[in-house]
Amino acid sequence: MRRPFLGWFISPAALVAAGFLLAMAAVLQYAFLAFIPGELQPGGFTFQNFREMMKPLYAGVFYDTVKLCFLTAVLALLAGYPLALALVRARNPYVKSAILIISVTPLFLGEVIRTYAWIIVLGNRGFVNGTLMALGVIDAPIPLLFTRLGVVVALVHVTLPVVVIMLAAAIAHIDRDLERAAAALGAKPMRVFVTVTLPLSMPGIIAGLTTGFAWTFSAFATPQLIGGGRVNMVSNLVYSLGFSSFNFPFAAALSVAGLVLTAVALAGFRLLLRPLHKVGLS
Amino acid sequence: MILAFRLLVLLLLAFVIMPAAVAIVAAFEPRPIIAFPPQGFSWRWFERALNYEDFRIGFAHSVFVAAIASTISIVIGSMAAYAMDRYSFRGKATLEALLLAPLAIPHFTIGLGALILAAQIGQSRGWPVVILAHVVLVLPFVLRSLYVSLKNIDPRLEQAALSLGAKPGRVIWTVTLPALAPGLAGGWLFAAILSFNEFTASLFVTSQRTQTLPVAMYNYVREYADPSMAAISALYILLTTILLVIANRFLGLGRILGTEDGRH
Repeated sequence: MRRPFLGWFISPAALVAAGFLLAMAAVLQYAFLAFIPGELQPGGFTFQNFREMMKPLYAGVFYDTVKLCFLTAVLALLAGYPLALALVRARNPYVKSAILIISVTPLFLGEVIRTYAWIIVLGNRGFVNGTLMALGVIDAPIPLLFTRLGVVVALVHVTLPVVVIMLAAAIAHIDRDLERAAAALGAKPMRVFVTVTLPLSMPGIIAGLTTGFAWTFSAFATPQLIGGGRVNMVSNLVYSLGFSSFNFPFAAALSVAGLVLTAVALAGFRLLLRPLHKVGLS
Repeated sequence: MILAFRLLVLLLLAFVIMPAAVAIVAAFEPRPIIAFPPQGFSWRWFERALNYEDFRIGFAHSVFVAAIASTISIVIGSMAAYAMDRYSFRGKATLEALLLAPLAIPHFTIGLGALILAAQIGQSRGWPVVILAHVVLVLPFVLRSLYVSLKNIDPRLEQAALSLGAKPGRVIWTVTLPALAPGLAGGWLFAAILSFNEFTASLFVTSQRTQTLPVAMYNYVREYADPSMAAISALYILLTTILLVIANRFLGLGRILGTEDGRH
């Protein structure tokens, strides 16, 4: 087989891949180096960073992060499914475009703006409290900012667009003749949805759940600004260790543990959901 | 049933839009606080945001980084996507896995890695690190949208050109590349928007001297509480929405993202 220009075409990409690999190798290497307080240069080989992580202070943040990521992914899935279904199945092209633009725009706005917008929504004089007080429903503002509830709501909002894209891609691949066959055989719309559409969108549900989890794990500005120090995720810990304590070896070790943890959690989801996945394909 | 579903979808869409709408309304508050409902109407925070030094410099930096990173990504990405779509070669699966891996890795980990790598090779936080981090993060999206475009090219066009005696280089230049043009434009715009908005990795790899607009905005939110940030958010939301509507109109956003309904 002729492959003209193969070397020319792939070498630049291989160079970028090498840069990425080197950066990841640097994190892995630092994770096993000793931190010398007051020095930017790390010391020799050690397991100390990983032993340190077992302390309740750090282990607690990991536990919390996993809980937040899972909760967010599930909520984003529940909110995202109707949106994805409406997006794929809308007949009017304008309605379709509108749903697409509205549900996808937040993805492109970046985390800072979206988080800031949530500060305005959740603050003591913000949208929710301001509106409720103006209507006389409440007398004093309800604390929403710097709470777990606030962080979860904002995280769901940040994660929703990717989950919608994953779900919509899967729903778009469903052969609609199967739904028509079920309907022609007398199944009511709800039954068609539960017995045909929902099982057939299982690949999208798995992809949405895993991507939602990984995406939430990656969130930094949302827990940092909405959590205000009271809700901490691994990302916040990595940043503060790196830039407040200059303990880059420990920050690197936390990142490595985070990667391992995400990989394990994602593999777990896939394994747990595999029986359901088979239902979808049969 | 149908009505209940429509209502649910409307509510969810309202949830998605609500924070952006609230930020836009808050930007017109005349007092130097964020408060609802706003007391009056004023453009003063837009004026302040547009004249604020850190935002101006951050904007220039973001345009610079996004332009370079997206152009590098589209050039590298189109060549790699072509090779991976049309050829089989040793290490192809590994290369593809490495190029798509940043999708699954938290941005803070990539930022930390780029920062440590830069320190190891004696490069303090300058532009090359920032641009490398952005290229690594944006490339997976470029590759994905280009795969879709490459699959949509009729292979008979290339075969016809080859059989008429054109050299491979000429076929790529005069047949494949023009046919790929909309995909390239879409991928480039996609990459530029993503790079322009990238925050977490940038926070790690930029310094005071190289900070991008999202980093400048993050620092502003931590320091001040006046509605300038709401004003710049409103401008940002407007600009991004316009760009996406254009992208959708001319390039089919659904096709790029793979959410189009294939069979009816």
